[in-house]
Amino acid sequence: MASTPAAPAVAPSLVDTLFQRSLNDLVKSLRADRSAAGEAAAVARALSEIHREIRAPDAATKSVALQKLTHLSSLHFAPVGSHPLAFPAIELLASPHLPHKRLAYLAASLSLHPASLSLLPLATHQLHKDLSPSSAGAAHQQHLSALALQLLASPAAAAAPDLPAHLAHDLVPHLARGSPRAIAAAARVIAASPSAAVPVLFKPLAACLASPDPRASTAAAAAFCDLSAPPADATPFLPLALDLYNLLTTSRSNWALIKVLKVFARLAPLEPRLAARIVDPVCQLLTRSSAMSLTFECIRTVLTALPAHDAAVRLAIGKAKEFVAADDDPNLRYLGLLALGMLGPAYASTVNDCRDAIAKSLGDADTNIRQEALHLIMGMVNENNIMDIAGMLISHVAKSDPEFANDILGAVLAACGHNVYEMVVDFDWYVSLLADMARTLHCAQGDEIGRQLVDVGLRVLDARPELVRSARTLLIDPALLGNHFLFPVLSAAAWVSGEYVDLTKDPVELVEALLQPRTSLLPISVRAVYIHAVFKVITWCFSVYVGRLGDSGMAVDVIFDRLAADQTVGSESNVALGSGEEQDIGASTVRKDPFSHESILYMINLIQTTVGPLINCNEVEVQERAHNLIGFVHLVREIQELNKRKVADGDKPSRLEELVKTMRTVFCQELGPVSVNAQMKVATPDGLILNENLVELAGIVSEDDTTPSTSIFFYPCSRHSVDTRDEPAVSIGSSSLSEHRKRHGLFYLQTGKTEDEPNDYPQANDSLPSSSNSSVNDDKLKTAELVFAGKKSTSTKSRPKVVKLDTEDFLSSMMPSANVPKEDPLSGALRDVLLGSDAKALSSQRASDINLEGMLNKTSSNESSSQQIDNLGSHPASRSSSRTSKQQNHDKEKGTNPPESDGKEPRKHRSSGRSGHRQGKHKHREKSSTQPDTIPQAPVIQDFLL
Amino acid sequence: MIQAVMVISTQAKPRLLKFYNFQPPEKHQDLVRSVFQLLSARPDSVSNFVKVDSIFGLGTKMVYKHLATLYFVFVFDSSENELAMLDLIQAFVETLDKCFKNVCELDIVFNFNKLHTILDEMMLGGQVTETSSEQIMKSVEEIERRYYATKSSPR
Repeated sequence: MASTPAAPAVAPSLVDTLFQRSLNDLVKSLRADRSAAGEAAAVARALSEIHREIRAPDAATKSVALQKLTHLSSLHFAPVGSHPLAFPAIELLASPHLPHKRLAYLAASLSLHPASLSLLPLATHQLHKDLSPSSAGAAHQQHLSALALQLLASPAAAAAPDLPAHLAHDLVPHLARGSPRAIAAAARVIAASPSAAVPVLFKPLAACLASPDPRASTAAAAAFCDLSAPPADATPFLPLALDLYNLLTTSRSNWALIKVLKVFARLAPLEPRLAARIVDPVCQLLTRSSAMSLTFECIRTVLTALPAHDAAVRLAIGKAKEFVAADDDPNLRYLGLLALGMLGPAYASTVNDCRDAIAKSLGDADTNIRQEALHLIMGMVNENNIMDIAGMLISHVAKSDPEFANDILGAVLAACGHNVYEMVVDFDWYVSLLADMARTLHCAQGDEIGRQLVDVGLRVLDARPELVRSARTLLIDPALLGNHFLFPVLSAAAWVSGEYVDLTKDPVELVEALLQPRTSLLPISVRAVYIHAVFKVITWCFSVYVGRLGDSGMAVDVIFDRLAADQTVGSESNVALGSGEEQDIGASTVRKDPFSHESILYMINLIQTTVGPLINCNEVEVQERAHNLIGFVHLVREIQELNKRKVADGDKPSRLEELVKTMRTVFCQELGPVSVNAQMKVATPDGLILNENLVELAGIVSEDDTTPSTSIFFYPCSRHSVDTRDEPAVSIGSSSLSEHRKRHGLFYLQTGKTEDEPNDYPQANDSLPSSSNSSVNDDKLKTAELVFAGKKSTSTKSRPKVVKLDTEDFLSSMMPSANVPKEDPLSGALRDVLLGSDAKALSSQRASDINLEGMLNKTSSNESSSQQIDNLGSHPASRSSSRTSKQQNHDKEKGTNPPESDGKEPRKHRSSGRSGHRQGKHKHREKSSTQPDTIPQAPVIQDFLL
Repeated sequence: MIQAVMVISTQAKPRLLKFYNFQPPEKHQDLVRSVFQLLSARPDSVSNFVKVDSIFGLGTKMVYKHLATLYFVFVFDSSENELAMLDLIQAFVETLDKCFKNVCELDIVFNFNKLHTILDEMMLGGQVTETSSEQIMKSVEEIERRYYATKSSPR
């Protein structure tokens, strides 16, 4: 067989025509060899043969070739690009022979490509002819026009800009006849080319809605349903409401009713009076209809478009619950859950009633049903039931397949982390839940769990003891080190243990866990965090040790002597470390008191043996941190040596103290969250000219990166440079924070113009040495308060943001309605048509005007209505908090920032004013409420997202 | 509207493909493949709806029926009702059954044109125009009669 390029040169011969294979022959040959290669060969052979045949002057040969080509391109994905399929197809459109014509139309509608649209004008005349009345009988004519409509409605033809413009008029008589095909084609033509088609076709199409022929009205309802589908604006279809309403009340076709309901669901939000009109007929349909499809459509209409009609909603919910209870039909169960998912929060309690059924669906064999059930369950979460629900879901994780298990974990993490953990009341619970989640079988959500562990640590002081406990359980488990999904979690746990080391019960065990042999499995970034955590732990232990010795009144000399003596012992045992026996003895003795001389020594030795080799690691992160750590150990020794030589006697105590203090201050200052919007609040200093392109600064910034690492030991450097050093590896969130702080931190500190700015970003950088130090060193272990500067500023700062967010919403919702004529060609064209002289058009214009105003009113009243809801929501809480404390001016607070003052405060300051000295002007609020359980759902603005 | 009608064999071979929204021909094979992957991953006796936003665009769903060696698949958007689409598949299959007298996969393989004729009688441009299988069968028979009446060549 000739190769494809050579084939065209050969003219089709008579032999070709006589022995041409039919489509059936082709199909048989394709089926002869089922293997992929065999089929490909058969296709290639057939294509080359078609290539010749399609040039035949004989229409019969040509049509068979076309038929075969259509089949190959449609079902065997033959690359028709190289074949001029479009042209023979269009050529044959004109054939007087009906079968040929039919084939040509089929080929054209199946395979016309926008690239071949240049050929389509050739077809325009033929389409016009086939659509127009001819001398042939009516039946024949209808048949022809059906073919033409088919092509006209095909996607490629509809995309051709000229075709609808030329042929729209030809459709009108068919529309007047009420032909469903013409109606469907008209809908496609209007959708494809609104500006040209709407003036001609819209009115005849609308007239079909009122047609006595049920087939016509059904098709017209479907057409308008399609045209009003979401990306388009439904407003121009409001004038059709009357006809649609008639159809709704009189039609007995389920198809028509479904389509009408869909259109009404889109129109009802636009015209407030509509809902009241249609609610009765819809409810009647809902109760009477035996067709499930129609029932479901009624449910959907009621739940999405008529939420204000309580009776209807209850009826719909009842039906939806019947669906959910349909044990034998998974389709109905799925759709029932889908319907319940459409319910707004107002009916959350109703959904709650069938929580058992929904929870059962979590174990369904059908992924759809599981997903919907999960979605529903997450929808009914509030702060009262989140513990139950999350616990139930996590117990499901073990039973689920990996994919769904991670869906569940992701959903729980998202729900709990939503809006800065607004629903989590008990952070101890949440922290242990995070740890449990990390340990579930298929957990692949390590990134988010790790992020939240660090984030909770930064934001919630109260949770830190539990956080450190949970981190310990994660760190000491050697099995977890092999699971690469958990690396981010372990990294977070290590960071948490290092950062809040003063809350740890057993630092020795912690050091052992952080230096266990299997840590070699960790990626570099996580290992660096581990080593740095060790650094923090040893620094802290050392400072406690020295502090204790100081307290006991021992002479500093004695300390030094003992240290020096032990150091030599230490280095000896260091050498003999191969014998596990000695280590065990050491380990058992140090268990008793982590700050004893022996345990410090044990830790230092452990560090030297395990971290020492890493100094030569060729990964810079690890190498650098190992250097830091070993450097610290050496520094301790140097002081001892100084002491030994009895040089500069007066200097020693101060050197030691200085070292310990410096190291301690390096690590003890708290990190706080920073608002994403923080930078916007910083005024540009006078005279500062910002370059548009900051590329030039890249050099400076990168220099900046390196300096702090060398400075860490020797200078009591300012806190923020250290922050930037020790954070980047911890998590994405905090590294971006440090990045942010590094660049802009100075501004926070120095632009103290307004009084509240330092208050707003308190823990990031502002130095409150007395309070933070004292709280860190003294209070933290015992403290039960939930001091949370981030949240505090949420409540103080939120008000202006609420306004801003609302105005943003307002603006964005205004935009489309204001721009409709410009943006949406369809509605624009429709409006132009309807702007004509007849009454209907006028009314439509009015309706759309009214509607626009209505939208304006609605959007602007959104604020007040949402506030109403908020107030309703926060009612119980305000009552409860006023029960517990009378002294505060609650009204005023509610006026200024209604939801979140109630929502956040009680949780934040659960246990009274221990933190009073830190809270400054917000002190009066802390005593407000001691009942975290009654917190209302606070639709708070996002804030302080790291 | 209905965006696509597909009949795919359990061997992943397409038996009928019709797209009502333009899909570039080069993409057809991928579409069939991804749809088949979805279908073959679903056990029997689960619900017949699948969200296919990732394949056919936002808000699209797919409803399918698995009968003997064939999957019948309709892809549709928010303007169609799920259960109505399921009924429509049923109507389509019933019509095939009537037109081919106990339809089997081979009928579908060897009757490319007739299959399209039946489908075109049922819907046009993604809009359903006729749902009664009797009516469709009548129209198809009428067309075939015309076909043979005017057909001159032996083939």
